[in-house]
Amino acid sequence: MREVSEPDTSTLDVNGFATRVWRKGKGPKIGFLAGYGGLPRWVPFLDRLAEKRTVIVPSLPGLPGGDRGHTVLDSHLDWVLAARDIIDKAGLAGADLVGSSIGGSFAAEVAAIWPDKVERLALIAPFGLFDANDPATDPWAQKQDDIAGLMTAQPETYRKLKEMPPGANSIEWPIEQTRAAEAAARIFWPLGNTRLERRLPLIKAPTLILWGEHDRLLPRSYARTIAEAIAAPTEVRVIAGAGHLAELDKPEETAAAILDFMR
Amino acid sequence: MKFLWFHLMPYRELPDDFKDKHPSVWVDIHSSLFDPKRAHHMYNEFLDELEHAAACGFDAICCNEHHSNGYGLMPSPNLIASALARRTTNTAICVLGNSLALYNPPTRVAEEFAMIDCISGGRLIAGFPVGTPMDTTYAYGTNPSQLRDRYYEAHDLVLRAWTEKETFAFDGRFNQQRYVNIWPRPIQQPHPPIWIPGAGSVETWRWAAEMDYVFCYLSYYGYKMAQNVMKGFWEEMARLGKDRNPYRAGFAQVVGVAESRSQALDLYTDAAEYFYGRCLHVDPRFAAPPGYVTEATQRAGIESQVKMAAQGKTPSGPSTNAASATKMQSLARDMKGIVDNGYVVVGSPHEVVEQLRELATTLNVGQLMLMMQFGNLSSDATKHNARLFAETVMPKLKPLFSEWENRWWPQPMGTSERATPPAFTPTAAAAE
Repeated sequence: MREVSEPDTSTLDVNGFATRVWRKGKGPKIGFLAGYGGLPRWVPFLDRLAEKRTVIVPSLPGLPGGDRGHTVLDSHLDWVLAARDIIDKAGLAGADLVGSSIGGSFAAEVAAIWPDKVERLALIAPFGLFDANDPATDPWAQKQDDIAGLMTAQPETYRKLKEMPPGANSIEWPIEQTRAAEAAARIFWPLGNTRLERRLPLIKAPTLILWGEHDRLLPRSYARTIAEAIAAPTEVRVIAGAGHLAELDKPEETAAAILDFMR
Repeated sequence: MKFLWFHLMPYRELPDDFKDKHPSVWVDIHSSLFDPKRAHHMYNEFLDELEHAAACGFDAICCNEHHSNGYGLMPSPNLIASALARRTTNTAICVLGNSLALYNPPTRVAEEFAMIDCISGGRLIAGFPVGTPMDTTYAYGTNPSQLRDRYYEAHDLVLRAWTEKETFAFDGRFNQQRYVNIWPRPIQQPHPPIWIPGAGSVETWRWAAEMDYVFCYLSYYGYKMAQNVMKGFWEEMARLGKDRNPYRAGFAQVVGVAESRSQALDLYTDAAEYFYGRCLHVDPRFAAPPGYVTEATQRAGIESQVKMAAQGKTPSGPSTNAASATKMQSLARDMKGIVDNGYVVVGSPHEVVEQLRELATTLNVGQLMLMMQFGNLSSDATKHNARLFAETVMPKLKPLFSEWENRWWPQPMGTSERATPPAFTPTAAAAE
């Protein structure tokens, strides 16, 4: 495996909360909005993108690096406006945008409501839909030990992401991880359904839809639903051997699929 | 000292293999286990038992709210309270309570509590729990990240609805109503006493103190396990400059009294094992919806674990800070463990008096809630328990804390002013 190196870090203000932005690489910009649990540390997937592109990774409210920004967001409109604000302030307006899981839902919302903000779109198993005939798993009603296996095909992958690094604050670190689950619950409780399906037809950007072969959280049938709802050209690809957060399980393959689509 | 007789209304006929065959008594308990025709008898027996407790002379009878729950058949405690209001005369009626964030609009609670207060002639104690994760977030689908803010806002709205004389508009973060003007209005002025059931959250203690409400620690694990929580509560009261009036605090205790200790064990073992073995069998998946526990309380919990570890201590029994469903996973299920861990107070009248005296003085609690029907305890045994307690235990403990004023007790209409519902004679009614 190639080595992981640190990005440049800056902060921007979102509704009064300091929000972390990572930046690394050269070339045309590409944004990434993280999935369930957020990114408490830099991951190899982002390095793969940074080899070809300037990758910009703003945190979402309440996710690691997003402080307690979720606490002032009460309605879906509040959330979507915060996402737009983040895209604008991170300098990502008009760039290519990738979103995974929770972040995928926000990437899709921004692309639908403000089509000029997104050039090309990649969605990795986005939240926002629910099908009673093929229900998503409930991520908030799980034994603590079962979460990792729900998020990634190899539970170790998610556990390592969430493992406390040496020197971290041993009280604040676990609280920050719980906060990430709370932020997701704040917008997606209880079913994950924000009626995103109604807005998908507004998306003008060509869209790549990626799904982990072993996604135990969101059914793969949702990929087809999403592809059929988007009026712009779409492509669906399944990442072999990956779970819900495909970019963590299979960073090379996931990054390659995205870079190929956005060539 | 006040004695409140508390009924959970557990389904009495969960199968013997319930714990092995079913993942949870709560949230997704299977509908096939519920027989409505059996429940008809259970509800009527439960109401009989509460009325019997009132007749025995307990100061209050209590009911509470649970949803999708095999040990709590009261999704609406207000229905039970209104039935009790008609069939009792002087006993306080303690609804502990209505989970405010679940009502839309929350003024529904202001209205229904006002109805009960009117029907009962001002005997209502109004309980406002946040509600358990199982009830509020899973069974009722309320967002755990907004639950507490919704709860506090609903409280403010209910209080205003009770006290404001003019129709007003409420422009809240979660609730907007153009015309708030409840009819009926409560008899008790400015409003019925408000009690807050809760656990070991510092924020709840502070808020209850600031509002001058009673804080009730509703634990199923007995007074020995509750020492740390109540110690923390009184230390916080001291920091806030509040006195140690024991009537600021309530505590719930499972109690079984009989003529002798061995008779008590004969009488209550099966029911206690049913309660701790089947009723408190909750799937740990429902333990911790994120956001339900505030960050301040999480922080306090982690800090105390770190402190204990540094002192080389290992926690004994369920941790105070653990989520309720997590605690329930590590419970003793057999009578020896149940008794040894002090979950239940059982014994002869003398033994029960001594244990409850210790409970009251060590926890400094003046509002004692007694769970004397528990698990599948039969109606006859339940009534015997209540009667014997009222005759042999209550008189010994009643004088405790007489030096303090109980400012949190209902102020009903004078007896001579009150309506006198005709005596209820079912056979005569059927013949008409």
